[in-house]
Amino acid sequence: MKYLDEFRNPEVAHQILEQIRKTVTRPWVIMEICGGQTHSIIRNGIDQLLPPEITLVHGPGCPVCVTPLEIIDQAIAIASQPNVIFTSFGDMLRVPGSYKDLLKVKSEGFDVRTVYSPLEAVDLARNNPDKEVVFLAVGFETTAPGNAMAIHQAAKENLTNFSELVSHVLVPPAMEALLSSPENRVQGYLAAGHVCAVMGWWEYEPIAEKYKVPIVPTGFEPVDILEGLLIIIQQLEAGKHEVINQYLRAVTREGNQPAQNLISEIFEITDRKWRGIGTIPASGFQIRPKYAAFDASLKFSVGDIQTNESPDCISGIILQGLKKPTECVAFGTTCTPAHPLGATMVSSEGACAAYHQYQRLRMPVS
Amino acid sequence: MCLGIPGKVVEIFEEGGLKMGHIDYGGTQNKACLEYVPEIEIGQYTIIHAGFAISIIDEMEAQQSWDAWREMAEAAAREGIDLFGEETGASA
Repeated sequence: MKYLDEFRNPEVAHQILEQIRKTVTRPWVIMEICGGQTHSIIRNGIDQLLPPEITLVHGPGCPVCVTPLEIIDQAIAIASQPNVIFTSFGDMLRVPGSYKDLLKVKSEGFDVRTVYSPLEAVDLARNNPDKEVVFLAVGFETTAPGNAMAIHQAAKENLTNFSELVSHVLVPPAMEALLSSPENRVQGYLAAGHVCAVMGWWEYEPIAEKYKVPIVPTGFEPVDILEGLLIIIQQLEAGKHEVINQYLRAVTREGNQPAQNLISEIFEITDRKWRGIGTIPASGFQIRPKYAAFDASLKFSVGDIQTNESPDCISGIILQGLKKPTECVAFGTTCTPAHPLGATMVSSEGACAAYHQYQRLRMPVS
Repeated sequence: MCLGIPGKVVEIFEEGGLKMGHIDYGGTQNKACLEYVPEIEIGQYTIIHAGFAISIIDEMEAQQSWDAWREMAEAAAREGIDLFGEETGASA
């Protein structure tokens, strides 16, 4: 298919790989932020094709993985009410809450539905005026335009039975949090191409300057990722730290202005808790007071839930790039895609799921 | 959830006051909201994310990337190195 096949061309990929081999002289640690890029890297074996000097670590860019346990438990509590149609993207249904997941709630007879777009949840609200329709609005800047549009549309139609349980997170504050950690070992970032398609890449310029790290907005196909890595490695070797856009066909410096405008109309910046990482200041969106009628966390009394995280899961350490999935004692034993302990084993964008799916061998646990 | 997919706009219509379109993904078609790419036209490629078009693919940039890569590969071939970085013994 056009705009996919050419960016998967093995000859071009190997040629860029050769350029990387010629360029690198020293060890470098590079993080890909986005879980979609993690899967592409593992699926195509890119990390194993790179010269040994290059270490790729996997970032927190998996919305399913970083959605806090409290939100999952709140979603389960709302979905377990009889008059509710609870809607979500499919990959959230199997994320373990403290005691069960949304799929279990569905199996208990409650109305839990997968939607492809949040506008489908608005359709459900319109067609079921006697039901409360709730959409689990999680994700990064990529899902924010759709989730903002759903509230905008519901407000326009005066739908009083639609609301969103929001747990939106933002990439740049997480990048800064990782870079400012004393344990940080990231020296360059592959930035998430589709987040940049929405928000642009101007926000990364002060981060690159402050922390002296090259940041490269990058696409998702093997040729994209290899070229993004090459641009980072060229900068690292030359002592440079600029933001250079690899994903030219889809990303501009300013991003998608209409999307940013509606996001700003519906949402405001707030502190957010990231599962496994903790609270990062100004790292998320919440619904503005003007649209409080569409805020499920206010509409339903779910604020005082006590959570219970699995003590065996090290997903937080994995999400910070400090350990690989195969360094977890539970990986592939007590934690599998069929019986996940943590969200990184559930999501199609989670690093543990990627390693398990593509059968990466266990490494000795140090 | 963050996986955006490129597709070709094959039909544009209005639904509930929103600009919508049918998108072709190499044979499979699905509906998407085009409200965030108001200037998009039938025949253009876009990246769809969770039911919303978030970016119009810049065909000129895509072509320039491709041309640059091909040029790099051809230059390597002229130097007698194949695409896997091994010497071929051939020279232009």
